[in-house]
Amino acid sequence: MSRAPLIDRSLVRDLVPFKGRRVARLVPRHPASGPMPWVIAIMIALTVMAAAAGLALGNLADRARTDLSGALTVQIVEANAETRAALADRAAGILAADSAVASLRVIPHDELVEMLAPWIGASDEAGEAVPIPALIDVQLSEVADVAEVARLNALLLNEIPQARMDAQSDWLRPVYDALASLQYLAMALITLLAFTSAGAVWLAARSSFNNHRKTVEIVHLLGGTDPQIAWVFQRSLTIDAVLGGLIGLVLGVLAVGLIGNQFAAIDSGMVEGGNLRELDWLILAAIPLAGVLLAMLTARITVMSALKRML
Amino acid sequence: MTEGTGEIVTFDNVGLRYGTEPEVLRDLCFTLYPGLFYFLTGASGAGKTSLLKLLYLAQRPSRGAIRMFGKDTITLPREQLPAFRRKLGVVFQDFRLVEHLSAFDNVALPLRVAGVREADLGKPVADMLEWVGLAQRMDAVPATMSGGEQQRVAIARAVIGRPDLLIADEPTGNVDPEMALKLLQLFERLNRLGTTVIVATHDIHLLRQVPDSLIMRLQKGQLLDPTGALRFAPRPVVRTAQRGKEA
Repeated sequence: MSRAPLIDRSLVRDLVPFKGRRVARLVPRHPASGPMPWVIAIMIALTVMAAAAGLALGNLADRARTDLSGALTVQIVEANAETRAALADRAAGILAADSAVASLRVIPHDELVEMLAPWIGASDEAGEAVPIPALIDVQLSEVADVAEVARLNALLLNEIPQARMDAQSDWLRPVYDALASLQYLAMALITLLAFTSAGAVWLAARSSFNNHRKTVEIVHLLGGTDPQIAWVFQRSLTIDAVLGGLIGLVLGVLAVGLIGNQFAAIDSGMVEGGNLRELDWLILAAIPLAGVLLAMLTARITVMSALKRML
Repeated sequence: MTEGTGEIVTFDNVGLRYGTEPEVLRDLCFTLYPGLFYFLTGASGAGKTSLLKLLYLAQRPSRGAIRMFGKDTITLPREQLPAFRRKLGVVFQDFRLVEHLSAFDNVALPLRVAGVREADLGKPVADMLEWVGLAQRMDAVPATMSGGEQQRVAIARAVIGRPDLLIADEPTGNVDPEMALKLLQLFERLNRLGTTVIVATHDIHLLRQVPDSLIMRLQKGQLLDPTGALRFAPRPVVRTAQRGKEA
């Protein structure tokens, strides 16, 4: 009988993590055969869409704020058309002389009639029959804050009592509030999706752990440490998360692109303000990465806490 | 035979019960010394497997103290248990092979757990499998192996890391006499290299194959000779001195 082969004792005394494909086979996995990658793909796709909507709304609000931050509208409310035109010219002169005003434009009467045509009709008579206030579009060199608007208003009213001055941003405040609410909604949706994804990973990790409990016990009894065992499960779920993340990103970006094209067809300056910028696309691309990290962390915490209950 | 001077394992008034059931092990007091070969005998239900579970740290006792390799294992933090388990080799009665892994991967598992590089473990594992007569079955998974083959894989896995303490629960129960003798010789060789061996068996013929061995007899959860293991055959003076320590 030959001598029994016994390996060198020095080989087996280090407490080091075990890695590699052969060790990973302790928890066998069949790529894309389980529901996990698809669950994660759906979550990531929805998160990408929610994040894109939130970012687009943010951009829209920013663009509107920037455009209107220094904009004022002056109305001259006077029934007599000739007096109204004269007052408008005088108001324009007063404002142009002020150092806070960068530019201004008296809106021509014809342009006003054209703008109001859907309501008062397109004929010349309609423009004559309804007294339309003269409008002056004023652009300040800085932001039109309350004090600045009040100062200019007082300056104007001193000379022209028929004048009314409004900051254009005031008119859009309810719109800004609505956009902000939608952004919060998008953030809440993203948070919920993150929790749901973590929950799905938690369930998958627990299920996988319970299915392989015997293997875990064997590895434990052979001297396997909790982090070593957790790594095996973490690796398996991370692969699912990477796969699901990539599929979800593609689906999400396709959906965002499709919706973006639909909005682009509207051809409105305001909608254009909601276009996604380069940084926004980078943020969207980072969502699967965040999903993978979340899945890894959840899987690790789940398995580690299950292991703590074993001797 | 290599013998050390310290104790490998000391049981002090150890008792074990499962839940609210009566104690399956009672008042166990014994010491295992390095380099000795022990047989644990007793009828079915005597508590052999429960005692072995305490030894391979799969179970905490309900009372008493257990010291292993100089440390109190009862108060030992969980995180330190793996380092202890890596000093043990265990042959389970039900083999406990990983069902979806090949014979090779099952035997390699303790080495991988211990961080041995893939390049270093191929030959020892292959040699070990060849030695237990499974060279042609390296890629077979347990489901396709006979009970005897599975048992040999389990034994190969237990001894591949050359443990300080080898614990075997009925290790020859499913193999033919020739293979049983061969496996026992493997245990003896390990024992001569310094590994303490404890084999639970009810096969009286097996005991006679290792004349230098000590026997612990368990009956209804208690050791029959509470002062220490009985000697089965005459042994050297050094052994006698050591045996005197077992109290």
